[in-house]
Amino acid sequence: MRLLAILALILSPMLPLAAQDSMPAAPYANRQLDDPAMEREAQDLMFTLRCLKCQSQSIADSDAPMAGDMRHQVRIRLMAGETPEQIRSWLVERYGDYVSYAPRVSASTWPLFALPLALFLLGAIILRRRLGRKGAAGL
Amino acid sequence: MIRRWYLWLPLLAFVGFVVLVTSGLMRPMEREVVSRMVGKPIPGFALKPAISELPGLSSADLEDGRPKLMNIWASWCLPCIAEAPQLEALKAGGAEIVGVAIRDKPEDVARFLAQNGNPYSRIGADDLSAVQLEIGSSGVPETFVVDGDGIITYQHIGDVRAEHVPMLLEKLEDAAQ
Repeated sequence: MRLLAILALILSPMLPLAAQDSMPAAPYANRQLDDPAMEREAQDLMFTLRCLKCQSQSIADSDAPMAGDMRHQVRIRLMAGETPEQIRSWLVERYGDYVSYAPRVSASTWPLFALPLALFLLGAIILRRRLGRKGAAGL
Repeated sequence: MIRRWYLWLPLLAFVGFVVLVTSGLMRPMEREVVSRMVGKPIPGFALKPAISELPGLSSADLEDGRPKLMNIWASWCLPCIAEAPQLEALKAGGAEIVGVAIRDKPEDVARFLAQNGNPYSRIGADDLSAVQLEIGSSGVPETFVVDGDGIITYQHIGDVRAEHVPMLLEKLEDAAQ
């Protein structure tokens, strides 16, 4: 009896999950592709796509049903001959850049890429002028 | 001293950075994911009926010349129960509502409709969330306004409340023009 109570206590957190939806996972949500190279491509892509329900996890990390359905799409689309970037674009077309964890250069993100380059160049110029001056003084 | 004013620039840049990050952290997080499919034609699909009493749903049904509300819902979704009376109100207001049932079993759909009413003319069963992903929807419930040519003209995220009913009827009317 006590054992049963303990078991119920352990299992109770799982109940809300079970109540969410009673459908089995999509065929390719948790089944790896037969071709190991293609499965590796699928994994790499899934780790860079955001789970839209959980929002701070990739679809590879999430056990949400919708993340499973997205993994299914990734795998069947790879099998159908699409490239990982085509699949990413298909999702970005629908959900915006938000769905992708791989940053792209766009109208709003280019400063992120340009700034480090500009700062590095600035540093190089300053350093060159200083060292150049010292070198000249030494002569 | 005045000559060296530019020495303060890095500190100024750093303070600016801290202000930017702090203001970003203070802003409440936007949890809604807006579909980029608004303004675009609905992608082609064909869903089998979710229950035997009603026909299923295909993209061709959304291109028959009459604007419709496309309700993304599920019997396991609690806000969908709260939304049901508002869908009835929309139907009473002249809206044609088609449903997409996400990851749902026929018996569960039938039980939900028996308990909460059936405002739908068609319900397609989206067992793999495939149509949901095609139209850029990220949860249940969501309601899309689709014009007579199958162009998505509006997306309502979350349950439809009483105050949204006139607005959605207006969006439908706009879609008819």
